[in-house]
Amino acid sequence: MVIKHKNIFKTESPWSNADELLLCLDTGSWRTERPVLDKEKCNYCGLCSLYCPPQCMRDKGDHYEVDLAYCKGCGICATECPRKAITMVSEGEFADG
Amino acid sequence: MVSAQKGQVRVITGNAVGAYGAMLCRPEVIAAYPITPQSELAEQLAQFVSNGDLDAEYVEVEGENSAMNVVMAASVAGARVFTATSSYGLVFMFDALQEASGFRAPIVMVNANRETPGIHSVSSGQQDMISTRDTGWIQIIVENDQEILDQIIMAYRLAEDYDIQLPIMVNYDGFYLSYLAEAVEIPDIADVDAFLAPLKKQPKRQTLVPGVPIGCGTHGMEMGYVEARYKHCQALERVKGKVDEVDKAFGDYFGRYYHGQIEEYRTEDADIVILTSGSATGTARTVIDSKREEGIKVGLVKLRLFRPFPAEKLIEALKGKKAIGVIDRSIAFGWKYGPICTELRALSPEIGPTPMLSYIDGLANLDITIPHIERVVDEVSAAAQGKPYQEVTWIPMEE
Repeated sequence: MVIKHKNIFKTESPWSNADELLLCLDTGSWRTERPVLDKEKCNYCGLCSLYCPPQCMRDKGDHYEVDLAYCKGCGICATECPRKAITMVSEGEFADG
Repeated sequence: MVSAQKGQVRVITGNAVGAYGAMLCRPEVIAAYPITPQSELAEQLAQFVSNGDLDAEYVEVEGENSAMNVVMAASVAGARVFTATSSYGLVFMFDALQEASGFRAPIVMVNANRETPGIHSVSSGQQDMISTRDTGWIQIIVENDQEILDQIIMAYRLAEDYDIQLPIMVNYDGFYLSYLAEAVEIPDIADVDAFLAPLKKQPKRQTLVPGVPIGCGTHGMEMGYVEARYKHCQALERVKGKVDEVDKAFGDYFGRYYHGQIEEYRTEDADIVILTSGSATGTARTVIDSKREEGIKVGLVKLRLFRPFPAEKLIEALKGKKAIGVIDRSIAFGWKYGPICTELRALSPEIGPTPMLSYIDGLANLDITIPHIERVVDEVSAAAQGKPYQEVTWIPMEE
């Protein structure tokens, strides 16, 4: 058997770098609402990031920013935010929505 | 490495042996749920931890599915892990078994073989192992209490080998070996440490590291899936040679050899061969000896490695034999032959056109007796002489 395939995984076990390969589906296209952050209210507690199912909350040092390529718009971050700093807004409200 | 010092000989049950075997290998995380006929093992291990004989995190779980998920997660985080189960417990962790092997988690698990759901039978049989044969695990079957202990120690050398990285299930006949007290030599823990030491010298496998965003088994789209499965299958192929290698190293150090993938007994000049696995092998050896005295040239193959299936070794042992009889302690739904016999028949092009007689026996705690195996030898012998034979026999149904 001639193997022509170039390995995707660098390790024997199927580990992948989360930034490059973990988010392998175009889950951003599933979204009907997007989370919008009020930086004034955010105290950088990180709960949104911990609860985010596809782990697409990016740490910006003093707040978190959603990666819209992967955010499914599920709204869990908005529900969990103790300071109500995240609001879910309809995609129709955005020029790129 | 020189040889190990003589261990302490104790008369203990197969379950207790399983607990000693695990303890000697110093697992860091254990999660096990008690189930008949394995319960004593889970209890004894918990006792070791509470006594301070074993420094491990013993996670009390609410069921077997959680037990497997706990040890799988701990394993991918880099811990040495152990668990034990049986029957309903094993099939209750079915999805987790596949997850564990797909993640290439080197878990060592003991399975005290017992019949599976459908017909509620709290009794011995290999149906649980057979029902999980396609979960990607290494599956090994042992014959007696000493082999339980020795195989658990060898299991860590296999599972955690850098070239393997796969979970392994050590199977022993529930009710028979689980409750049978035999004299067992328990090696000194320092000698077990020395035997397992080569694992520390190999490259470190990839594990989960806090703060580093990596995922395991998460990129399964299209070629990611194919590549992971291909590598898994290649690793299973490597297991065969590794089983022989580790067995040899174990024997050289501890003085007990189990002959790797299969053990052949008086097969060299044999015309016919009987194939068994597990505790019935001891009974079969007695029958081989008595039938040899009658002048029947019969040999025995004990199947130790079931997954991966030791095709090459079996072809070597069985090629040119005039007839073969296979005793299965389980059934293959949808095939008339027993499961091991069915798989052996897949090697017919290499073994050659020879009668292969399938025997279903020892289900649900019914003994595989000396008269049963004598009957098998007589019928296989007649088939070898060209006489008509029955392809499949459910021995208890004909008694």
